Amino acid sequence: MHIVVCLKHVLDPEITPRYFQINPKTNRPDSGDSDMVLDSFAENALELAIQLRDKTPGATVTAICLGDESSEEVLRRAFAFTANAAVRVWDSEWENLDGQAVGHILAQTIKNLGGAELVLTGYQASDIEEGLVGPVMAEELGIPCLTLVSDLELDDDSVKSTCEAEGGYTVVSVPFPAVFTIISAETNVPRLPKVKDIRLAKSKPITIFEAEDLELDKVRCQPGVILERAFVLNRDVNCEILSGNDGSEMAVELTEKLLALKIL
Amino acid sequence: MSKILIYATQQEDSLTSGAKEALAFGSRLASATGGSVEAVLVGHSNMSGATEAIACGASKVYTVNNPMLAEYQVELFVDSLLKVFYQSGADVLLLSFDRIGKDLVGRLATSIGASAITEVTDFRTEGTKLTWVRPIYGDKAYGEYSTTRPKVVVGIRKKSQELAVPDSKRTGEIISVDYTVSEEVVLTKLVVKIQSALSDIRLEDAHIIVSGGRGLGGPEGFQDLQSLAELMGGTVGASRAACDAGWVPSNLQVGQTGAVVAPDLYIAVGISGASQHLAGITNAKTVVAINTDSEAPIFKRANLGVIADYKTVIPELTEKLKKVLV
Repeated sequence: MHIVVCLKHVLDPEITPRYFQINPKTNRPDSGDSDMVLDSFAENALELAIQLRDKTPGATVTAICLGDESSEEVLRRAFAFTANAAVRVWDSEWENLDGQAVGHILAQTIKNLGGAELVLTGYQASDIEEGLVGPVMAEELGIPCLTLVSDLELDDDSVKSTCEAEGGYTVVSVPFPAVFTIISAETNVPRLPKVKDIRLAKSKPITIFEAEDLELDKVRCQPGVILERAFVLNRDVNCEILSGNDGSEMAVELTEKLLALKIL
Repeated sequence: MSKILIYATQQEDSLTSGAKEALAFGSRLASATGGSVEAVLVGHSNMSGATEAIACGASKVYTVNNPMLAEYQVELFVDSLLKVFYQSGADVLLLSFDRIGKDLVGRLATSIGASAITEVTDFRTEGTKLTWVRPIYGDKAYGEYSTTRPKVVVGIRKKSQELAVPDSKRTGEIISVDYTVSEEVVLTKLVVKIQSALSDIRLEDAHIIVSGGRGLGGPEGFQDLQSLAELMGGTVGASRAACDAGWVPSNLQVGQTGAVVAPDLYIAVGISGASQHLAGITNAKTVVAINTDSEAPIFKRANLGVIADYKTVIPELTEKLKKVLV
């Protein structure tokens, strides 16, 4: 069984808002490499991929990432999680890809790797939050896709998938191959890699694909949406800090304030 | 002059709030661009949502009614929506980016060869140029996007629109679409559907929410929040950290992943205010933060701040309110 997990290198979502600036020339945030991290849902997907591999004799995990050289950091992290192989896909002409273009390129990358029974992605990356790559890849590959998945259980030829639903959850059965977009859950909290695995990760080989290595459709590599303008919003609210000296005084104060809202 | 087709979801014979948001957005877009609004309903029911959709601004409603569509099934819904999309000749396919929308937008757009844009909150027109507005970087910024393809599939961010106001005097045409289910498209099969019994009030619909985070230190703290919420006629929510720790079930999660909420009062207890959490409470009216860390980002969003250990505040607050409210 081949499990592919798609990773994304994103601006740290917890960057202090006052340091967050959009460069008007590029419409992108001004950021240094140190502000970049592995997207957190992608990290949940990576953890789940490794757990599934460890339960399945003969299974392997390949981590793939579309990005320039700086994004190899996330693939090193995948190796530290004990992923078996890592692939980085990049072409200097890909400046303004959208989720659909990324979905097309990643689908072609997976085909180039000989396919996969399970394809896992984070459900929505914390930078642009499109939530498109998983369903688009599935459509490109002609296979089913389940979104907002918190857990997977493998049977002989199908997967039982726990999906978030309105007011609860559903368990859905799907044959492989299939794409799953992963959300965080108690069962997929990312591990703390062992020091030995972090050290070994540094020297493992990363395969690099460029546009010419893949059978790409030129039209599908063009973005369907173009960011014309981005602007930072100042959302800071003037917060009134209660003045009480201890919890009890503040509870009295808060009671009055809440009643004054006239909604209770 | 664009033709806008809205996929309106129904729940128990009436339109969902997501559908009403999409209809409101579509009507606004149509009057700004001189376009028309049509809607499509998919399911197995008396399709009473169709007259509701007309009252909310649709001039034509397509209904796809089939026993196989009684429960949501991703492949069949994609298939039937594509059929209606082509039949209608629409340029814009608009739907709520809710639980179902998250399955559908990418698949529909790729299949049609359309542009796809999600989490849209607004649009702008400049002459004949139309751009779509949506938050980016965890709501720290907004982006204006143009599209490059003749057709576009648009997912509207939940809770970002006023609901369409129905006007029963409006008239429109209802067209029943013949749809034959081809069994071979069905790949995913529902095994079991679990409704959570833990919370009677849906977080999305709650007027008052008391949420707990990592600062509660364990599941026990949620008992206090539950008593306070019940007293105020509200419900309990949680941050991702509290859900991931297994203190409360994940369907209580408020934020970008979990519920996007818009209560009148949101009390955040021991929640630091990670951006993905704040993205879920953008439309909360009054936010109260109780946290020991005065530097926590939640205080940048809160209207009222209490810098204290929640254990010294919540039980007493509950007692005080009980005297007034009960």
